[in-house]
Amino acid sequence: MNDSDTYSKGLAIQNKLKKIWLLYYDGFRNMTVGKTLWVIILLKLFVLFVVIRLIFFPDLLQRDYDNDRDRAEHVRQELTSR
Amino acid sequence: MNELTTVVDWSRLQFALTAIYHWLFVPLTLGLSVIVAIMESIYLKTKSEKWLRATKFWMTLFGINFAIGVATGLILEFEFGTNWSNYSWFVGDIFGAPLAIEGLLAFFMESTFVAVMFFGWKKVGPKFHLASTWLTAIGASISALWILVANAWMQYPVGMEFDPAQMRNVMDDFWALFSGIAVNKFFHAVFSGWALAGVFVIGVSSWFLFKKRNRDFAIRSIKVGAWFGLTGMLLTMYTGDGSAVEVTKHQPMKLAAMEGLYHGHEGQSLAAVAILNPDKDWNNDEDEYLFEIAIPHGLSILGRHDFNAFIPGIKDIINGVDINAEGDTINTVSYPERIEMGRKAQNALKLYGEAYAAGDSAAMASSLKELRENYRFFGYGYFDSVDEAIPPVGLTFTMFRVMVILGSYFLLFFIVVLILVYRTTIFEKAKWLQIIAMVSVPFMWICSQAGWAVAEVGRQPWTVQDLLPTKAAISAIPASSVIVTFWIFAALFTILLIAEVSIMVRQINKESKQNLEIDKA
Repeated sequence: MNDSDTYSKGLAIQNKLKKIWLLYYDGFRNMTVGKTLWVIILLKLFVLFVVIRLIFFPDLLQRDYDNDRDRAEHVRQELTSR
Repeated sequence: MNELTTVVDWSRLQFALTAIYHWLFVPLTLGLSVIVAIMESIYLKTKSEKWLRATKFWMTLFGINFAIGVATGLILEFEFGTNWSNYSWFVGDIFGAPLAIEGLLAFFMESTFVAVMFFGWKKVGPKFHLASTWLTAIGASISALWILVANAWMQYPVGMEFDPAQMRNVMDDFWALFSGIAVNKFFHAVFSGWALAGVFVIGVSSWFLFKKRNRDFAIRSIKVGAWFGLTGMLLTMYTGDGSAVEVTKHQPMKLAAMEGLYHGHEGQSLAAVAILNPDKDWNNDEDEYLFEIAIPHGLSILGRHDFNAFIPGIKDIINGVDINAEGDTINTVSYPERIEMGRKAQNALKLYGEAYAAGDSAAMASSLKELRENYRFFGYGYFDSVDEAIPPVGLTFTMFRVMVILGSYFLLFFIVVLILVYRTTIFEKAKWLQIIAMVSVPFMWICSQAGWAVAEVGRQPWTVQDLLPTKAAISAIPASSVIVTFWIFAALFTILLIAEVSIMVRQINKESKQNLEIDKA
């Protein structure tokens, strides 16, 4: 493959990426009802991942134990002492 | 009520709340995406602008539902890590693998094809656009497949071996996850989504007729909705029958609870209409029903496709009379014996842990042997009495009837709508019919939710059948934190639901005033 082929291929990929970008960019710009929906989606994701996930719903075993062996030991204690 | 019971009850309530809200959005996504794809296919074939307008109208409603519903299921996964951490660890990669596949598929398929579907009308060719619409619909169903496979595994845990060192069930046969329970559950859930979307399309279109707007568009949509809904309902019933057979084989206690059946018989009847006797207990001689209209041999036919087959009741199952995986009646291990075996398994697990820590391989081997011999009833060891192993009979019994009665109503509904919609003047003039169609819409959701209540309440007290009851699956967390987050979710989901309904109503009203019947073809 010579330099010219590589250059054409690079250009084609660049064009494709540009097309994909424009699909999303123009799509979002021309939305009507979609704009309200996007506000709802972004707010919802913020509440879910920042507020709820971080503050109220930690992964307990990940947070409290450093390795899988300790996690397994904790679960063993839990399941054999109830 | 002690702290553990409070945490279990609130965590279950919280999971039920989030699952119920999540399932408000999902079935409409599953069904409406296919309806949109069907309409676009007709458009591409006929090149009629009318079908393009119809496609875009329903696609917008699909988009609203999709946008508001997306990611609501993630909350369930948060709850696993916090409220149900013992469960999360115990099920290991068996639950994790399908959910990871679901997450990846959902992300890539939905972010790609949904974008082309909504933004690509003038950017890609018509065939590529149609393919994207179909792939969105198929992607939504595939996404549901993995969730339902994971759920089915909890009801019928297969394809794994418990590793006491890791304290996890390790998958040893991926394909075993696609059990009869999983396959029936998947198709039953997806087809019920089709029926639900059919009712939704008919209800919204009837509102157009009621307001005398876009008559042709409404009639055209009703025809698609009714054919699609009828197909969905028939297939839902077919797969529901398959589910009943699987439940009879693998979860006979659930079937007994669905029927309020304590003493089984050969040629067992089915209580079509009945009032449960609140004084009935598994170990007393009270009658099961205060009032009953029975279908002779009905339960034997439903559960085993055999006119005279034996179906065990709750007392039979507790006493060890059961049905094996092949559907044969057998004498098996009674519940008191299962409790004993469960305790032995738990003790062996404890000893294994001590031997493992001490590096005593001989003790590990002997405790592992004891564990393996008793592991299939591991979860029963948590019960103080057999009463704890019985699901809530009243709720399961009632929800089963709500599902069946409403499902039968909707079968009739689709047939009547189909007959009348081809005599357009009748449907157009009959206000009463349009009102019934509109009022029916929320009942389809109730029917769908009732089905889930049967599946999930009926399998109590188990998170993983026979292995892990809710009381062992729960994390050691304070009840107060679960109560607080319960109310946060209740508020969050209610806001989302109000947003969805109000945006949708506004959009339907706005669009109905446009002319959806222009045909430039």
